[in-house]
Amino acid sequence: MSDLPVLLPSAANLLNDAGRQRREGAFRVDLKLWHGVVLVAALAVVLGVAEAAGNAKESPWAVLVNWMPFILWGQEGHWQGFSLNIIISFFAMLIGTVVGAALGLMQVSLLLPVRTGSWIVTQFFRNSPWLVLLFTIMLMLPFEIQIGDTIIPIPDWVKAVIGFSLPVMANISEVVRGAVISLPSGQWESAESLAFTRFQTMWMIILPQCVKRMIPPWMNWYAILAMATPLCSIMGVEESVTFTQQAMSAEGGRPELLAPFYVFLLVIFFIYIYPIARWTVRLERKYSVKI
Amino acid sequence: MAWDESQPMVSIKDVYKSFGDLEVLKGVSFDVMKREVICIIGPSGSGKSTLIRCVNALNTINSGSITVEGQEVHDPKLDKLELRKKVGMVFQQYNLFPHKTAIENVMMAPIHVLKEDKAEVEGRAYALIKKVRLEGKENSYPGELSGGQQQRVAIARSLAMRPDVMLFDEVTAALDPETVKEVLVTIQELAEDGMTCMLVTHEMGFARELADHIYFTDRGVIVEHGPPATFFDDAKDPRTKEFLSQIL
Amino acid sequence: MEAFYEWFQQLYDSTGWNFVFMYDEYERDRLLEAMWVTIKLSLSCLVFSLVVGVIGAWAQGAKSAILRNFIYWYIQAFRNTPPLVQILFFYFVIGNLFPTYDAGGYQEQYIGAFGWAVVSLSFFAGAFNVEIFRAGVEAVPTATVEAAQSLGYSRLKAYLYIVLPLAFRVSLPALNNNLVNLVKTTTLAYIIAVPEMMYTANQMWSDNVNVSEMMIVLFFFYVGLVAILVYFMHRWERSMRIPGYGA
Repeated sequence: MSDLPVLLPSAANLLNDAGRQRREGAFRVDLKLWHGVVLVAALAVVLGVAEAAGNAKESPWAVLVNWMPFILWGQEGHWQGFSLNIIISFFAMLIGTVVGAALGLMQVSLLLPVRTGSWIVTQFFRNSPWLVLLFTIMLMLPFEIQIGDTIIPIPDWVKAVIGFSLPVMANISEVVRGAVISLPSGQWESAESLAFTRFQTMWMIILPQCVKRMIPPWMNWYAILAMATPLCSIMGVEESVTFTQQAMSAEGGRPELLAPFYVFLLVIFFIYIYPIARWTVRLERKYSVKI
Repeated sequence: MAWDESQPMVSIKDVYKSFGDLEVLKGVSFDVMKREVICIIGPSGSGKSTLIRCVNALNTINSGSITVEGQEVHDPKLDKLELRKKVGMVFQQYNLFPHKTAIENVMMAPIHVLKEDKAEVEGRAYALIKKVRLEGKENSYPGELSGGQQQRVAIARSLAMRPDVMLFDEVTAALDPETVKEVLVTIQELAEDGMTCMLVTHEMGFARELADHIYFTDRGVIVEHGPPATFFDDAKDPRTKEFLSQIL
Repeated sequence: MEAFYEWFQQLYDSTGWNFVFMYDEYERDRLLEAMWVTIKLSLSCLVFSLVVGVIGAWAQGAKSAILRNFIYWYIQAFRNTPPLVQILFFYFVIGNLFPTYDAGGYQEQYIGAFGWAVVSLSFFAGAFNVEIFRAGVEAVPTATVEAAQSLGYSRLKAYLYIVLPLAFRVSLPALNNNLVNLVKTTTLAYIIAVPEMMYTANQMWSDNVNVSEMMIVLFFFYVGLVAILVYFMHRWERSMRIPGYGA
């Protein structure tokens, strides 16, 4: 580029961002602290409004506080409600990362059938809407399977985990592939010249350098996944949104409770996701300084 | 194929190489004997880098033959890894592994590829770092070293494999003029120790002083070649004279 | 054509693979209608989100601080909350504020589920578009505009003929990403019973107990639609690329 650019740097930024979004599959989750402050303020406001508008048998604030434990962690064993959102996101991320990394490496294999097959799988699950995948898995997996004499039940939340892990796997596959091909070809060539096998080159030279590049988009996907887990409430999985709806109907469906309960949901999700989003930004800055 | 030192170390015969429609090498032939130092010079696009990469099997050839110590390089049955234990290569962009220290870069290949004993490799690696005059920098990362220092680590890294012939692909082209000299001195010492070297270079002074033979390529053929004295002072082909007049 | 449909009836009779929409005209119409609804939804949202984006980008440069702040809050709100919540909010909360009419015994909204889905998703995608357009317009240096003006272009003409084409080319990749995302997000309209593909497929498999078959159709539809979009996107981008710039 010459000294006097045809376009200002924001053009390059825009194109880079678009490219990165295409590679990694999603926008970076960009939460700021003041978002949380606004949400909490909004909660206070809607509670105040509800208080004023309601028939005041019971104050909406008290109702919310009453239901909070239920929404946050359910009843038996404390693993339902919002805890279940976290559990689902954790396991889906685990499976998605492991399988996705394998898929990503297969996409750079030297064998054409492996490359093509893994590319098809990646593109297929990347381009499918999450809701469709979720529905498919939840409706088509049996509710229990029989191996020999033992019957293993497959609870709803496990199906949700599998349903969410599919798109995550596809996107992690792209993140891994993107990281591998982003290394300069000189690394491959000098490893080749030193007579390293392809496996040695991958394991000792390419992948260690890729890990740092993969962590920010990987964390970004976790944030996106965590925010997407409420989708499984459509199927009745006992997580926070389902419980919120149950709580509201238990309270007789009072319309002034609508806003406080949903804003409360937004607040707890923010509290969980915000630290992850900030950490992602910090890690990205830390890793981009070194060449 | 028993090979002895009376035969050429590297023998290039009638090599043709195209990238798609673009013909880059059009019938190149020459031999390099053991302990010889040869320099390949020429304008950009003349095929010199391609040629040297063919010797190392980083590029394939369309026809012709390249043998190293009697072993045909482009034999489909050839184990490339075996070849690369004999042929060391240093690149213009150094290509050190940035996540390992200098000493680790040097030690990696002998340990993992040659499966040599770690303590022994470590001793040799330290000696090599010392030889390229980088004592004290063993535990630095490539990102902390200057271009010239990185290039010398790259040379040490290739030497650790104990190759029989070393290839240098414009190794000083990306360096500042001040650091070029330190790399050239290293290569000079290597040559004086008896290593067979093939260099693609722009450094005419270096070539004149050190090379046993100079090859001038232009548009995929070797236009002229000869020992430095006759080549520089008594060039015959007009293309050679024109090239030399532009750079000298 | 009838023979083609007949084959699926036989398929059902012999194997139990029930692609009911192939041989049953009612179901076929229902499915085609659903495909059309999804495409209509996507297109409407695309158009409106572009409009929102253009207006928002212009408003960001307006003199009124109130307007600027409003756009800023709008973008922050819609970018950082889940689109599912946005759809529910528009339909249940804002929708309730709108007038209804008596449709024979029950109250029907003027703006139905489809309408609210379009509104909600357009604002969702529009929030991203505002940023994209702004960055695109900003990318054109004032020097270029001045050069155009000194060639005799009026401000408006310079904007139309110089700035917008450049801004558009630079914004295109980001806009395309947004579009693909939008198509996938239309499935969320399911939650407010918009008869798009996801919802209709659900109804069909409830009626005909052919979940797997309908799932296959759903997948092919969405993956196919996205694949076609991506293909044309790439071709368009390549023809619009400014040499020297490009991801």
